[in-house]
Amino acid sequence: MTNLKLFGTTALALTLAAPAMAQEIRFMCYSDGNECEVYDDVLSRFEAANPGVDVIVDVVPYQAILENLPVQLAAGTGPDMAKITDLGGLNQYYLDLTSHIDTGYWDNSFGGTLGWYRVGERQGYYGLHSQLTITGAFVNATLFEQAGVALPGPTATWDDWAAASRAVAEATGTPFPMAIDRSGHRVAGPAISYGAQYFDADGNGSFAGFDAFAEAFVGWNNDGTFARDVWASQGGATYQDAAQEFINGQLVFYYSGSWQVGRMDSQVGDLFDWQVVGSPCGPAGACSGMPGGAGIVGFEQTQHPEIVAAVIDYLAQEDVYAEVAARTRNLPAHLGVASKGVQFEGASPAAQAALNAFAADLPDVSPIAFAYQGYPMNRAMFGITVERLSQAIVGELSVADAAARMGDDLAAALAESK
Amino acid sequence: MRGQGASAPAPLSPAHIARPRGDSLALRVIAPVMRLVEIPMVACQRLLGINRLAWVFLAPNLVLFGLFAFLPVILNIAYATTGGADVLLADRPYVGVRNFALLGDCANYLDPNSCREDKFWRAVWNTTWFVTLQVGIMVGFSLLTAIILNREIRARGFFRAVFFFPVLLSPVVVALIWKWILQREGVLNAFLDWTGVGGYNWLVDADWAFGWSVFLSVWAHMGFYTLILLAGLQAIPRDVYEAATMDRASPWRVFRRITLPLLSPTMLVVLVLALIKGVQTFDEVYAFTGGGPGTATTFIIQYIYEEGFAGAPRLFGLAAAASLLVAGVLVVLTLVQLWLNRRSANG
Repeated sequence: MTNLKLFGTTALALTLAAPAMAQEIRFMCYSDGNECEVYDDVLSRFEAANPGVDVIVDVVPYQAILENLPVQLAAGTGPDMAKITDLGGLNQYYLDLTSHIDTGYWDNSFGGTLGWYRVGERQGYYGLHSQLTITGAFVNATLFEQAGVALPGPTATWDDWAAASRAVAEATGTPFPMAIDRSGHRVAGPAISYGAQYFDADGNGSFAGFDAFAEAFVGWNNDGTFARDVWASQGGATYQDAAQEFINGQLVFYYSGSWQVGRMDSQVGDLFDWQVVGSPCGPAGACSGMPGGAGIVGFEQTQHPEIVAAVIDYLAQEDVYAEVAARTRNLPAHLGVASKGVQFEGASPAAQAALNAFAADLPDVSPIAFAYQGYPMNRAMFGITVERLSQAIVGELSVADAAARMGDDLAAALAESK
Repeated sequence: MRGQGASAPAPLSPAHIARPRGDSLALRVIAPVMRLVEIPMVACQRLLGINRLAWVFLAPNLVLFGLFAFLPVILNIAYATTGGADVLLADRPYVGVRNFALLGDCANYLDPNSCREDKFWRAVWNTTWFVTLQVGIMVGFSLLTAIILNREIRARGFFRAVFFFPVLLSPVVVALIWKWILQREGVLNAFLDWTGVGGYNWLVDADWAFGWSVFLSVWAHMGFYTLILLAGLQAIPRDVYEAATMDRASPWRVFRRITLPLLSPTMLVVLVLALIKGVQTFDEVYAFTGGGPGTATTFIIQYIYEEGFAGAPRLFGLAAAASLLVAGVLVVLTLVQLWLNRRSANG
């Protein structure tokens, strides 16, 4: 009787425990638009094809990816995989997918973006670049038309755009001629166009050559060309965009990036005509934007490396990738998908044109910008840029002092990170 | 012999415990439970002795206190003496007092630009100015409000509630309310535009942003201190005032010679509490201005947060060293408060 009871209890326990024995993968995901929702949907097909695998998409705020994820990974309590933007910075935690994927396919499909996830001796296959972005400018074409000012051409400089935007703002009573997101990433393209090198001869991070852009940018903020609200009303390295001002028709020229297209499309609607004009040129001869975006990586600490690799590889397949790009309205980093072109789902003609304009700007991106995007210390450099430029704008530091402080801060950050 | 336990009185057996007459249902339920608890207690007392038994009762609290108060302090000290950007203590190299030396590396402490960690010193000076202004204004206004609310004015209960209401609000709510009022297209500027005065971009101007931060903080917290001072005022015997009235003392003389001296113990407690709270200011100002423009409203706790958690790389060592320095200041202020409380209690 006792044995019978024991047998019965064990059988019941095993039955109850069966669902818990399913291989569960946790995917930490943040959305700029509808990315996590689309991944959840697409991955349900993966689950259907792989019985017993459960991929749980944990949707978190972007701040959690920036601040909580690194701490979780360091403590060994991170998710199995995540959508991240600090591509090189988290390299030490990445799961190497090399033995689980067709590396030839990945090389042919993702080319240069694979390098953004590689650091030092860790030169494997780590990240699926899911969302390619490029910085560039949106302009309110209606305001230009109302002001009777012609849109500067494709080789126009930042000075040309500043003059034109000021003229438009003045003629139309618009509060702000220009604005650029409060982000070190966003000013990187313009700074390169002004001569910033971002690397020294040894390949270490450097702010050499940044002062020319700093001087111009601080001047524009102080003479009213740029909206002071964006950079001067915040402290620290806090991110601040100016999309709402642009959407409200209070801004003539807004320098942000391709990820804002969806927002512009849905919120501007037919209030006014807007278009993407790419990145203006600078005195250094470049007209560079800054590439970027997000990628999906697995982490070494996962209990199910094969499944994590299979999930990422599934998302990397051309048909799946193309579907996600179309549904999320993101520029594809997959070369095959990009070469065939993407018909973005639900995008208006303006949004489709804007995304095409951003894609057309990719060849102008400086090699420095590509290298900077993959540099593991770029987050530190972005933060330093924002803090010190803001201090120069509000007058706490001279531009020269701010530039000197940027160098000191970077040296300290590099020393601490060794 | 078992130490002190040997001289302790023998515990009473359950049978000796007097029971109240007419046991209620609750007692009938509780009594058996208590008798069950009593058995290990009696055993403990016999084993340890009655004096050591106190530690048994204190143990749960001590464990919790040690875990959540002492251990973090010890960890903080450990982090402050290590460098690098790794989270785990085991991965961090020992650097001794280097983090403290970095914070103190200054040519002129009055000029943050001459300091290696200029952001730390900006935060220190901002905090010093903020605490000085905020505490001074807040205690002054709280006293004034308490005196008014202590009088027989119409709708006194309503006004007491009105002044206390902001204390009930979350700091983030307070910050957002004032941000909506003060931002470029906020309520205040709409009003100023309507009156023809014209609006101003308050939160982009460093001086105004700092001033409004002080105002916001005073608005949010003065109700609490008003309440304490009101209690202090009501504790002053009425007959002292009646005697002063009979002596035809002027209201100002009454305030100076009676109210202020008799209220001073309460005032001192309020002052020290406000100072401690002022040094700890973070959430409402961070949500209000983000520490800007530039570093105009960056206070010391925000500096610690940004160095340790928001920036890249995460400088836990520097943040821990700065937080220990703040802890030192807070310990001094707390000791002052304890001393004042004791002095006040001793008359």
